[in-house]
Amino acid sequence: MSLLEITDLTVGFDTEDGLVQAVRDISLTLDEGEILALCGESGCGKSVTAMSVPRLLPPDTTRLSGSVKLDGRELTTLPEPDMRHVRGKDVSVVFQEPMTSLNPSFSVGYQITEVLRRHEGLSRRAAGDRALELLELVGIPAAARRMKEYPHQLSGGMRQRVMIAIAVACSPRVLIADEPTTALDVTIQAGVLDVFRDLRDRLGTAIILITHDLGVVADIADRAVVMYAGRAVEQATVTELFANPRHPYTLGLMKALPTAAVGGRLAEIPGMVPSPLSDPDECAFHDRCPRVQVDCRVSRPPLVRQAEGHLAACFHPGGQS
Amino acid sequence: MLWFILRRCGSAVIVMFLGSVLIFLGIRALPGDPATVMAGQEASPEVVEAIRQEFGLDKPLPAQYVDYIGQTLTGNLGRSTQDQLPVIDIIAERLPVTLELSALAMLVAIVIGVGAGIVAAVRRGKVADYVATGFGLAGLSVPHFWLGLLAILLFAVTWRVLPASGYVPFTQDPAQNLQRMILPALVLGTGFAAILMRQTRSAMLGALSADYVRTARSKGLSEAKVVGAHALRNSLTTVVTVLGLQLGALISGAVVTEQIFVIPGFGKLTVDAVLTRNYPVIQAVVLITVIGYVVVNLLVDIAYAFLNPRIRLSGGSHD
Amino acid sequence: MTEQAVTAGRAARRRRLWRRFRRRPMPMAGLVLVVGFVLLALAGPLVTGDPAAQDYLATLAPPSPAHLMGTDDLGRDAFARIAHGAQVSLQAGVLSTLLAMAVGIPIGLVAGFYRRWLDPIVMRLVDVTLAFPFLVFAVGLAAIIGPSLKGVVLALGFSQLPAVIRITRGEVLAVREMDYVAAAVADGAGDGHIIFRYVLPNCASPLIVQATVAIPAAIIGESTLSFLGLGVQPPTASWGVMLTTAQQYLSDAPWLAIWPGLMIALATLGFNLLGDGLRDVLDPRSGR
Repeated sequence: MSLLEITDLTVGFDTEDGLVQAVRDISLTLDEGEILALCGESGCGKSVTAMSVPRLLPPDTTRLSGSVKLDGRELTTLPEPDMRHVRGKDVSVVFQEPMTSLNPSFSVGYQITEVLRRHEGLSRRAAGDRALELLELVGIPAAARRMKEYPHQLSGGMRQRVMIAIAVACSPRVLIADEPTTALDVTIQAGVLDVFRDLRDRLGTAIILITHDLGVVADIADRAVVMYAGRAVEQATVTELFANPRHPYTLGLMKALPTAAVGGRLAEIPGMVPSPLSDPDECAFHDRCPRVQVDCRVSRPPLVRQAEGHLAACFHPGGQS
Repeated sequence: MLWFILRRCGSAVIVMFLGSVLIFLGIRALPGDPATVMAGQEASPEVVEAIRQEFGLDKPLPAQYVDYIGQTLTGNLGRSTQDQLPVIDIIAERLPVTLELSALAMLVAIVIGVGAGIVAAVRRGKVADYVATGFGLAGLSVPHFWLGLLAILLFAVTWRVLPASGYVPFTQDPAQNLQRMILPALVLGTGFAAILMRQTRSAMLGALSADYVRTARSKGLSEAKVVGAHALRNSLTTVVTVLGLQLGALISGAVVTEQIFVIPGFGKLTVDAVLTRNYPVIQAVVLITVIGYVVVNLLVDIAYAFLNPRIRLSGGSHD
Repeated sequence: MTEQAVTAGRAARRRRLWRRFRRRPMPMAGLVLVVGFVLLALAGPLVTGDPAAQDYLATLAPPSPAHLMGTDDLGRDAFARIAHGAQVSLQAGVLSTLLAMAVGIPIGLVAGFYRRWLDPIVMRLVDVTLAFPFLVFAVGLAAIIGPSLKGVVLALGFSQLPAVIRITRGEVLAVREMDYVAAAVADGAGDGHIIFRYVLPNCASPLIVQATVAIPAAIIGESTLSFLGLGVQPPTASWGVMLTTAQQYLSDAPWLAIWPGLMIALATLGFNLLGDGLRDVLDPRSGR
């Protein structure tokens, strides 16, 4: 049994224009100590999928079906008070925007100790000592001084490290990192990714990394799920995925990578993502696909096994190289 | 922080100085001899002459201003033309009444306004939100004095549960005092509660959709903690600012409320003074109101800085 | 962007804003109330007859077909006085707002344009103005020129002045940063051209919203001052004056206290609803 099992997860939101389906029929697993990347363009449903685990989606408008099991325990039907013991303790989150995700009115120290006192029942002093260790763990110099400072006094990279310190404070089983490096300078990105790798190695934390950047995926992830228009289109270990990308969309993403650019030009994927209001029967990618055939316009390709541990949803997958 | 406070104090002093000049010139802009104006129409020539000497009214204007400020700073605000009592004594008697009324009204406004604003924001789009928003609009549109008349009509005339008017000093009989103050305080407080409610609601809506509130939720904190600590703390600056901006309106409201409920406070003193052309009293109440207003605004600024770590720690200004 | 494109773009924007505005029930209700109030003020006095006509046989009479809203202590028809009071309220609201705009817009323009040496002086004076609560200023004016509608309009206009100056100055500073204005300046356009072509049109939206805040405040302000005896003087019919009378006969003739207050509340509510709607449509940044 895997640490985390998501089965047939479908998430929609009520809006003024009707029900918007953000995620359709996603199934995935996450093992202890594993770093799983969820990748795709913005709006593909990767964040919604991940936020369904700690149930951080707006409760009034979210329509969710399927199953999310942590250690065999069903989270989707867990009463809210019990869920609050899971959030921040078993499942924690590092958000995309370090500039706005910390509360500007509270000191760094308070924001870290708060979660320790909530879940570990530590005294103020014990929580303070532990927070200091955490700041050192995530590589913040002069940690004692930083404890008393406020978010506006820290750089973006430092804030993201504080966010990570908060997220790992209670040694979570699963850490969700939502585009953790997107808002940061390239030079700082590598340092933050090192922190994640280090945490996995030392604490055995399983990490779900949400990113649109395949460079980050190649750098740190063990396995990757590529999503498009709310569905998983390809899933494989990172080495397998980069060696044998089967889905034309995955291939397109790789061509858009700066390192893959030949002759100094980045390849773009032409066309637009279909509207999430409609649920077409055809392949959602057919309008933009270079390999499109008649069958792609008639029915939707299922996610099927292409090789050992490699799934792809395409009628005309790329061949083995 | 200290630098910030000093700078604010400095500009407050400048504003008070310019305010006093304006008042000084206002009295001199009146037709007729200022000494006669200050002494009252029926005063004897000796009294007029005494006032002329006391305030140096035969000297050139700048010298007169210096005399005026000197007398004011030593507590000599002149004598009321009605009963020849020192103005400073009259004000010392009337001011506490108004302060009590204002404080009670403020309490009502904060409890109802901030409370309803938080509930409306948390229950956005639900019945409670519509009730609170409707109350906010109604409270904004109904003038204090009409609300006061309606309150008297209902509570004193129709139901006869509370006295319509009158005042008993708190030191004499606290129970009687509060019984007579509760209706005026509610009337005065309701309008401010409406304004406060609208501002709190919109600040809380902003805070509740902020990223840091999502972070707080992801920590597994209780909803009470998420709303009460993380969101509210960041909305408080707005609440404090609104309170500061509404002080002028609170003073105006107190004047009207005292008139309706016949409370012998500072506001009633002001209106009576204008109606009887009691210029020494008018000059003093305007000056004291301006000073009080500037000082309280200064306190609001400092409270604002204290709530906002960016200002508290940098010593910079927030504009 | 050419000037024609700017003008055409503005016309198209106005049409779009009106479509967005029309669909909302609350602002439309506000518009109906405001139009009703203006109609009452303009046409009401023509149909209701003389507000000073006394009917000694019917003093303090309850509402009846002859006197729709009853009569006061002197037997004057309350409805006729309400209609004339509407006129006074409208005058106070509109005149004070026009006064504030007529004085405030030029000051704001000048302060924004000549930032270096005039701006600090103007803004400090604005601070001093803000230190005078509206009622204190009204009290001072009433003391100096005597209680009258003129004093009320002056006091109300003066109290709005800081807001108008700040809005205009802010728009000047913002507009001067825009690319097409910078281009016009580079082409040698004069200050006058910049002001009338770009700055004033941009001030229109925030100033309209400001007016929807200022007019109801002025309506309440006028009635408050008149109620206190510091504004419009009897026998002129003003809603505030009517309430002063009503206060004396609260237990005998409660209807006298109901009508004027209700009218103030409805007129103010109308402007508030309209203002909220306009703010939502014109300024999407300030969510409610």
